[in-house]
Amino acid sequence: MFARRLFDFPLGGWQHQFADLERMSRQMDQLTQAVMGRPGMNWLSAKVFPAVNLTEDKDKYHVRAELPGIKADALDIQVNGRNLTITGERTIPSEGENIRYHRKEREAGKFSRVIGLPGDIDADNVDAKMFNGVLTVSIAKSEAAKPKQITVH
Amino acid sequence: MAESKELQVKGKQEVASPVEQTRPGVVFTPDVDIFENDRQINLLADMPGVDPGDVKIDLKDGLLTVSGEVQPFEGKDESDVLIEFEVGRYYRQFTLSEVVDQNKIEAKLEDGVLRLTLPKAEKAIPRQIAVTAG
Repeated sequence: MFARRLFDFPLGGWQHQFADLERMSRQMDQLTQAVMGRPGMNWLSAKVFPAVNLTEDKDKYHVRAELPGIKADALDIQVNGRNLTITGERTIPSEGENIRYHRKEREAGKFSRVIGLPGDIDADNVDAKMFNGVLTVSIAKSEAAKPKQITVH
Repeated sequence: MAESKELQVKGKQEVASPVEQTRPGVVFTPDVDIFENDRQINLLADMPGVDPGDVKIDLKDGLLTVSGEVQPFEGKDESDVLIEFEVGRYYRQFTLSEVVDQNKIEAKLEDGVLRLTLPKAEKAIPRQIAVTAG
């Protein structure tokens, strides 16, 4: 009689006592998913400033970073092997005497980041431009790294 | 002064308010510095990727609304390899405790930083403000 009651649970037998724990663990996973999965949320996958977006098309890699308030000559961009290094400093000029701040959220400081590109590149063919606070570096892939079309006959 | 510190990655803050946007896409709150002296209030907002023509500034009944549109960064033939930040427009609202002379407001957008100068004066009728390119 005792055994029959146990086996009535869908999970069967001795497993049913862990069903509650499993359900709670699933609910916690769903909660964390709901928090972490939202778009634009602070899932800081970048560990080093600045956060970059790396994209590619068939001839080039494109690296973009948001660097507001930084002029083109304050940046130092280098290419070495498959690595792209972006170094610079953001300065926030002082606004004068006798001012009272209500809010100060923008930060100033130095940064340097090395980004490893996934394929071989042509170091003579790198173009970097700074526009409206967005840095775009376009790096040509080396000829060997470009995709080749194979004809089937 | 002390030597510069290293900048840390700060995730972009998404707008938390329930104001419904009519167009799809993510909306971020830009980082701002707000300071004042005896004659004016200044607001500096980091809005990278925004063109001077795409900024909208509205001041009505002491409520200042700053918003900026961005064009998508990428060309359509590009595929993503590593994406660490999202691209979206900017929106932020402030209530101004001081009354501002609306006719003398200046706005300048340079290198993705919006500088708004609000001279203090009597309250006036609300109107739109044009932005000059930096």
